[in-house]
Formats: sequence, structure tokens, C-alpha cells
Amino acid sequence: MTQEKTEAQQYHTHISSKHRWFDLNLKEVWKYRDLIVLFTRRSFVLTYKQTVLGPAWIFLNPLISSIIYAFVFGGIAGIETDGVPQLLFYLCSNAIWIFFSSCVTKNAQTFTANAGVFGKVYFPRLTTPISNVLAAVIQFGVQMILVLLFLAYYLARGAVSPNWWAWLLIPVALVHLGVMGLGFGIIISSLTTKYRDLAILVNFGVQLWMYATPIVYPLSQLGDGLMKTILLINPVTAPVELIRFAVLGRGTIVPAYLALSWVITALVALVGVMLFNHVEKTFMDTV
Amino acid sequence: MQNENREVAIRLSGVKKMYKLGQIGGGTLQGDLQSWWARVRGKEDPNTKIGTDQRLVGQTFMALNGVDLTVYKGEALGIIGGNGAGKSTMLKLLSRVTAPTEGEIDIYGRIASMLEVGTGFNGEMTGRENVYLNGAILGMTKAEIDAKMEQIIEFSEVREFIDTPVKRYSSGMYVKLAFSVAAHLDSEIMIMDEVLAVGDMAFQKKCLDKMRDAAKQEGRTVLYVSHNMNTIRQLCDRCVVLDKGRVVFEGDVEEAIAVYMNTHKEAATFEDYTDYPCPKWLGNQRIKLLSAELVDKDQAIFTSKEPIHLRLKWRNLKDVAHVGLRIEIWNLEDVALATYFLYDFYSGKQNQTAEVQMKLDASLFMDAEYQMYFTFFYRDDFGNNQDIECVHGIRFEKTTSDAETKWVWRAKYWGYLHMPAPEILELKG
Repeated sequence: MTQEKTEAQQYHTHISSKHRWFDLNLKEVWKYRDLIVLFTRRSFVLTYKQTVLGPAWIFLNPLISSIIYAFVFGGIAGIETDGVPQLLFYLCSNAIWIFFSSCVTKNAQTFTANAGVFGKVYFPRLTTPISNVLAAVIQFGVQMILVLLFLAYYLARGAVSPNWWAWLLIPVALVHLGVMGLGFGIIISSLTTKYRDLAILVNFGVQLWMYATPIVYPLSQLGDGLMKTILLINPVTAPVELIRFAVLGRGTIVPAYLALSWVITALVALVGVMLFNHVEKTFMDTV
Repeated sequence: MQNENREVAIRLSGVKKMYKLGQIGGGTLQGDLQSWWARVRGKEDPNTKIGTDQRLVGQTFMALNGVDLTVYKGEALGIIGGNGAGKSTMLKLLSRVTAPTEGEIDIYGRIASMLEVGTGFNGEMTGRENVYLNGAILGMTKAEIDAKMEQIIEFSEVREFIDTPVKRYSSGMYVKLAFSVAAHLDSEIMIMDEVLAVGDMAFQKKCLDKMRDAAKQEGRTVLYVSHNMNTIRQLCDRCVVLDKGRVVFEGDVEEAIAVYMNTHKEAATFEDYTDYPCPKWLGNQRIKLLSAELVDKDQAIFTSKEPIHLRLKWRNLKDVAHVGLRIEIWNLEDVALATYFLYDFYSGKQNQTAEVQMKLDASLFMDAEYQMYFTFFYRDDFGNNQDIECVHGIRFEKTTSDAETKWVWRAKYWGYLHMPAPEILELKG
């Protein structure tokens, strides 16, 4: 009898109309880790079902877009890439940007895209944004294989000199970008449950954001001035330059702005989780 | 009641849920920010429409209006109520899909909620992949699903197709697989919202049995919402009636069903149908029934052998010939039981009114309430019978207080008709 009691208490759930603003139940999320894995897997499996080339698209996609970038920005516009071979530069930049932007855009649809599931079953809602970020990490990893192949080729020709010690910082920069993308994404998704306008704006906004970030050009190209300051304030700039500094051996790192970026990231993540918490409880009534 | 000693599975106290009516929010971020800023400064909301009552701007609707309810461990509780009574809202709150506006809910145990089967099923993925995903969404770990996979496939009856994308499934197979996952959850509490209205008859029975086992043998708590009183009877041992967001009755299943039925409609002996709308399916209305009356009765209650004297009045909308009349008798659970037929009894010209008084033998009907449907029909030039008027008509009740019946009639097992006693032709021994 007492044993049963404790068992029942173990699964005691209390639902109240009142809730705290910050209520990050990571323990519960951990219990649903298998779901996170399955969600992550699903996002890959589904993209390439019923395609002839299948998983090969994971490589082809960034390769083709990098070639286009190299042709348009490097070839036609003639943007200098700090002496780094253009294709390698764009492959690397592209991988970073796709990682960040998919964190933002996929998470921005969390509530609207999953309304059907969220409306019927309870599970920690945070599992979906987390699995989106994981999927983006894997995607990034796959693209880095491509980058490494080209890097090996250019190394053999002596065209690049990576800062090998800084490779240790790549995971840190990835966490940085991932948390930031997640934060922005869930803020947008929390707001789109009520204001659908944002859902339309977000794709457009992310494209603009790319041009406001040194992706298709290196930061060093800008010289000193207002433009450079604006770009440095952009929190995505610092981690992007950091990764390129490690992989390509060229990048502008300003420690003060890197710190600023971290502060912004922490704030965004905090606000994001708070909003998400607030919205997840009742969003079904408004979505 | 010995309820005090029983372990509580779910407790709701003072639970309210409010919904806003109409368009939610100002629609734009700017409008909402303006309103918010005005409220912060204590000024008048610039977005309030001038000349409208403040209360009407934000009209609300209480889907649940103060529900107190305790569900005990191991019981099968039925929840019934009309549309909009708050049943689904209650289940949504319990499954944590949305949060209450006021009040507290305590749940002791894990909940498997089946507001829908196959949540998260994806057409592109195979049956097996979907079982994993759906199971995980419902709270199972991969190891648990692995252990149960064989049982789930067995129960679902779709073994041959388990590695086929579910978009190629028939809707029946899809639902069977989905239900199987939900039915194999290791949860102490099961919540179900009429998911049984799926699959073929055999599978429905299988599902009901599975749930009854869950409640009776495994000691799980089952909450079941349905409009089908028969499944409520079969599955539940206690029942709650919701009406307008409140619990109006709690207790015995039969009594609860009676309460629910009575909240619907009062039985009258005269009904006026002049404003009765023509049913949508009736394409060809030629007669307008004006009224129906149980002649010389104060109450619509008939004792065992008492005949029903019924008077109908109508007006012809067109010229009609060879008109017949059907009086269908349904029970209050919308099951048709019997029909009186009157063939080719009337012909008349357009705009004439007519009236008929009939005597119906209702001696076969046993203790219960019945609903009559009046349908006029005629035989068209091609020899088909066509309905030309149909009205959801008068209700009546039968009682058998006579000493002649030695039984309390148990409609649940015996049905509604007391057939004439068999004629014994031979009896040996």
C-alpha cells in the first residue's frame, strides 16, 4: 500500500491556472530524449524520401549553392575573400549560415507547424526546438565533411593555413550560434501564435540578415567605419568569424564584440524560454 | 459511500476555462501594443470601438464554469453531456493540451490521452517508424516500444503492411495501427474521446474489450467521453453529466443517462410545427405538417395496453395523390426501433388543409421514453416511394404499472418490445 502511494506520488502532476514565468523543466525534457532523437531523425528521413538521389542531396545542396555564391559574389561582383580559395570560403560560410538560419526558421514555426500534434497530446514542447537544433548540428557536420575534403585539397596545394588550435573553439561557437538561433526562433514562434504576420516576415528577414552578416564577404573587406561597427554589433558576426578564423585561417575577432554577442545570446535565450513557457500552456486557444 | 478510503487518481477543484469569442486579439501587433500601453498608463484604450459596451468588446465564454470532480483509482468514469457542455474542454485540460483559466487539477499517475488516435503519424513513414514516433509522443521510451512492438503489431492486424509507408494504408488500417499504439501504453490513467467510432465492428469490439480489461483487470483508471450510451453502459461504472460547463449529476450510470436525456426536451401532448424548418435532405416537400396532438391526454404517458390516439393536421403545398404516412418510433439514444405504416390513405389539392385521427397499438413497447418521427410519402410515376415531409415529432413514455408484468423491464438486456407470449404447441415431460 505504502509502496503504491509513493509510486502514485512519483507521477503526481499538478496543473494550476497560475504559473511561473521561468519554469524550465529540463528533467522532463530528458525523460523524453528518445522523442528528441526520433524527431531529429524524422526531419532527415522525410526530406529525402521518394527522391532519386536520396541522402546525396545533403552534400549536393550546399555544394551547388556554394558554387553559385562563388560565381555570383566572387566571380561577377569580384568580392575579395582574404586570399582564401573562393569555393572553400563559400562552402564554409554557407555551412555556418545554413546552421544558424535553419535554427531560426525551423523553430519559428514550432507552434504553427505542430499545432495538430500539440493540440492532442502533451509532451514537453521544448523537445521540438531542441530536435530542430540537433538536426541543424548534424546537417552542419555533414557539410563540414565537404569542407574538409576541399580543405585537404587546398592544403596539399598550400593555398590555406588553418589555425589548428582554434578548432577547439568550433564547438563553442556552434553552441553559441545554436542557442542564439533557438532563442530567436522560439521568440518568433511564440509571437506567431497570435500575430501571423511574423511568420511571413521571418523568411524575408533571415535573408536580409544574411547580408548584414559577413557570410558572402569577409569582415575585413569593410574597412573601418559605421558599417563595420553595425556588423560587429550583429551578434552572429563574432561566432561566424571565429569559425572561419579556425577553419580558413582568416577572420577578424574582436573580443569585446564576442563578449557582447554572448550577452545578447543569453538574453535572447532567456526571453525565448520565458515566452515559450508562457505561450505553450494556452497557445491551443489562439492558434 | 466508502469513497473516502479510495485512492484518488484525479482531482479537479474549481476548474474554469474561459474562451474569448470572436476574433482573438486586435489582429495586429501594433494594435495590441497600443492597447497595452494605454492600459499601463491608465488611459482609455484607443482601439475600443466608440459606442459599444466595454463588456461586449471582449466577449468571453465559459467552457467550464467551476468544475469540482474526484476520480478514484481503478474506476471507469463516463462523461456525457450535450454539444458544448464542456466535455472536450475538460479532457483537453486533463491531457495538458491547454491550461485552465482558474482552479487546480491534481493528477496522480501517468496519463495516456487519446483525444485522437494516430497523433503525429506521418504518411511518408512506414508503419513501424510511425509506431516509434507515436509511442514516443505519447511518452514511451524507445526500449519500452521495442518491448511492446510485437504485441502492438499483433493487435493492429496489419502485420503484412508494417514496413509500408502509412500513406498507402486504408483508413481502417491506419486507425487500427494508431489505436494499438495507444492501447499499449503503460499508464495508470487512460482518457478517451470517442475514439471507438472507428474501425470495423470486430475491431471496435476488440478495442472496447481492451479498455474494459484495462479498467477491470489491470486496475487502471479510465475516463471515457461518448455520445453513445451503449458503450458508456458497457464500459463505465460511474458517470458524470456535464451541462453548460458544470457537473449536474455524478453517480450511477443509468441515472446519469436518464438525467442527460431529460435535460434535452420536455414531453408535450401537443406540438405546433408551423415554424418547423424543412429538413435539408428533403428535396421535395409537398406537404407541410402543421401540428400533432395526443388526443385527450394531459401527459404523454401511456400504460401498457392503452392505445395512442394521435391527430395530425397538415396543409398541401402542391397537389398530392396516393399519400402514405410513416410513424417511426426511436428511442432517445437515436436508435430506430419500429415503424407504423399507413399506405395510400390520402389525396388532395394544393393549399387544402386536412386532418387525420388515428389509433395506434403501442402495447408492445415497454417502459421507456420514445420519440416519434412523422414522414409523409407518395409513390411517384416511376413507382418509387418519395418522402415529401418529415418532422421530428412528439415524444411519449410507456409505463407498465400493471400487475400483469411480473418483471421490472430491463431495456439494456431485453430491448424495448415485449413480444406476445409464444404459443405452446406441445409440451412434453
